[in-house]
Amino acid sequence: MYRYDEFDETLVKERVAQFRGQIARRLNGELTEEEFKPLRLMNGLYLQIHAYMLRVAIPYGTFNAKQMRMLAHIGRKYDKDYGHFTTRQNIQFNWIKLEDTADILEDLATVEMHAIQTSGNCIRNTTADPYAGAAVDEFEDPRIWAEVIRQWSSFHPEFSFLPRKFKIAVTGAPNDRAAVRVHDIGLTIKKNAAGETGFEVMIGGGQGRSPFIAKTISEFVPRDNLLSYLEAILRVYNMLGRRDNKYKARIKILVHEVGIEEIRRLVEAEWENLKGETSVDLPAEERDRIAAYFRAPSFETLADTDTGYEARRFEDRDFRHWVRSNVVAHRQPGYAIVNISLKPTGGIPGDISGDQMDAVADIADAYALDSEIRATLQQNLVLPHVKLSDLPAVYDKLAAAGLATGNIGLAGDIIACPGLDYCNLANARAIPIAQQISDRFADLNRQYDIGNLEIKISGCINACGHHHVGHIGILGVDRKGEEHYQLTLGGRADDAAAIGEITGPGFSADGIIDAVDNVVETYLSLRQDPAERFIDTLERVGHTPFKENLYGPKAA
Amino acid sequence: MSLKAITANRLIDGIAVWLTPAGRWSESVYDARVAEDADSLTAMEAIAADATKACTVVDALPIDVKLEDGLPVPTKNKERIRALGPTVRLDLGKQADRLGKAA
Ligand code: HEM
Ligand code: SF4
Repeated sequence: MYRYDEFDETLVKERVAQFRGQIARRLNGELTEEEFKPLRLMNGLYLQIHAYMLRVAIPYGTFNAKQMRMLAHIGRKYDKDYGHFTTRQNIQFNWIKLEDTADILEDLATVEMHAIQTSGNCIRNTTADPYAGAAVDEFEDPRIWAEVIRQWSSFHPEFSFLPRKFKIAVTGAPNDRAAVRVHDIGLTIKKNAAGETGFEVMIGGGQGRSPFIAKTISEFVPRDNLLSYLEAILRVYNMLGRRDNKYKARIKILVHEVGIEEIRRLVEAEWENLKGETSVDLPAEERDRIAAYFRAPSFETLADTDTGYEARRFEDRDFRHWVRSNVVAHRQPGYAIVNISLKPTGGIPGDISGDQMDAVADIADAYALDSEIRATLQQNLVLPHVKLSDLPAVYDKLAAAGLATGNIGLAGDIIACPGLDYCNLANARAIPIAQQISDRFADLNRQYDIGNLEIKISGCINACGHHHVGHIGILGVDRKGEEHYQLTLGGRADDAAAIGEITGPGFSADGIIDAVDNVVETYLSLRQDPAERFIDTLERVGHTPFKENLYGPKAA
Repeated sequence: MSLKAITANRLIDGIAVWLTPAGRWSESVYDARVAEDADSLTAMEAIAADATKACTVVDALPIDVKLEDGLPVPTKNKERIRALGPTVRLDLGKQADRLGKAA
């Protein structure tokens, strides 16, 4: 796993000391709120409905048991004993005091964590496939490149005041689990005809008010030129991106207004200037040095399966179901990838208590190679390297901590942003809708029958809950002071990424739960066989039968 | 004009507070001073501006309230949630303290 070098450590320490001074000057009145707000946002500190909120980065979603214990400690000592995992491989604490924030950042720094660039118009935490280094279909570990990007972009003077925030995602596998097509820049590692490694580079994806699927700007950038190519994109964006209107400032709008061909021409021209001798591109030794941090852990040579594990699977139906939905094949024989659902039936998506964090840390220490843990884009956790023979013990311990819900990728695995329960920008609540849908589909057997279904809910058009790319998306709006919900169908964030289409008139808070049920029933009545997923049926039959069942034949 | 109160977040800890008749800031909306006309709202805004300058509170703004049993309660969803706490965690926020106190 990547370890801070001295340079990182000094930078983070200096930043904490600097912020401590800034907080003191704010509290004694030397700084006004206008002056202070950008400084606190640069350190991940927002002011929300009930208190301050601190967003802590989990770079490319990789962390470990020690860091998880620190998060539990932060929750316990400075918050209300819980945290909220987001869709961007961050964790948020909802009840933070300004006067404690420097101490919190200092505590985080002791385990190489921070809140830098989790906010503001800079390059944000680069996200990556949560199965990195473990997935069967992976070409190369995307975290090497996410780390390369982190080092290049951290405190980059030219890119600290971009027209707007900038988000990059990397996947090293053809099955996209990092939603690269809904990021400002999406990178997919691939090989060209000559067998060389490089990147397909996609730009201009994003959600929010105007959702776009990213367009490919280059089919293949050789890996050694990645940074100069990214720098060329950022320069073009920095020069041409709109600063006059915050809603038109993201690169997606630039790509949409200017066209991908013209942007490509400008980027290629800029790239020609940047590629030379003194370019930012990493020398091979530096790349290898970073790659060494992500070398595979020391796997044991094991058989393909394990008798104890097989026996338990045979005897115990709950365990069998959990394995089926939450455990994924590993590239190394005798190992598995374990998903931990943070979506208990009727629970708050992404929330985890201090004790549960400690339990995950203990389990990671006992059973996960290198005590490694990942945060996913679905507000869940992953233990990337677990022996098959340890799965029964892992399951029992997770179950004891209330963390063994077997619903990954199913109707209960709902993404929801904090919405009006916490967020100052919200128009409507998102969490209670998620809880009621989760309760409606509480029967796991029904969920298994329905199969893969991604329900995503946002409390406003900023789309932090990814509703645009939900198979079923729900957007909370305010209609004359009442919470009201729009329904979209057909969104997806995978390699066939698409933005969902609005079904028609929206629904009341109660109505939306029935509407989701109605859509699911329509699917069940139309699917060719149980193997045809919701999203495939929708693609085959189109939206009309779903609309007819929702609104009656005339409306559709 | 509908009835108004002034809410803000306390600078030091971000906790939601309301301006009281004594010109202080209370953690309970029930303690809020209620403006019935533009003049008293203007006077309250001046107090809030001073408190903002003095670094006691941030983001002070007027909100709509109505009287229930003589006590001010916000009319908008967001302000109700500010006044009580998250609707999904009744054990947290002001609702938790207040229920505790009422018992
Ligand atoms: C509660 C505090 C939060 C605030 C103030 C906030 C604010 C925003 C804003 C203003 C945008 C729109 C940006 C734009 O389109 O230019 C946005 C987008 C987004 N946020 Fe949040 N957010 C919050 C929490 C979250 C949480 C909890 C998550 C994860 C569950 C999240 C993940 C995202 C994602 C994935 C996007 C859309 C991606 C994109 O930028 O295109 N945010 N957020
Ligand atoms: S989508 Fe809107 S309501 Fe939800 S967290 Fe983002 S800004 Fe807040």
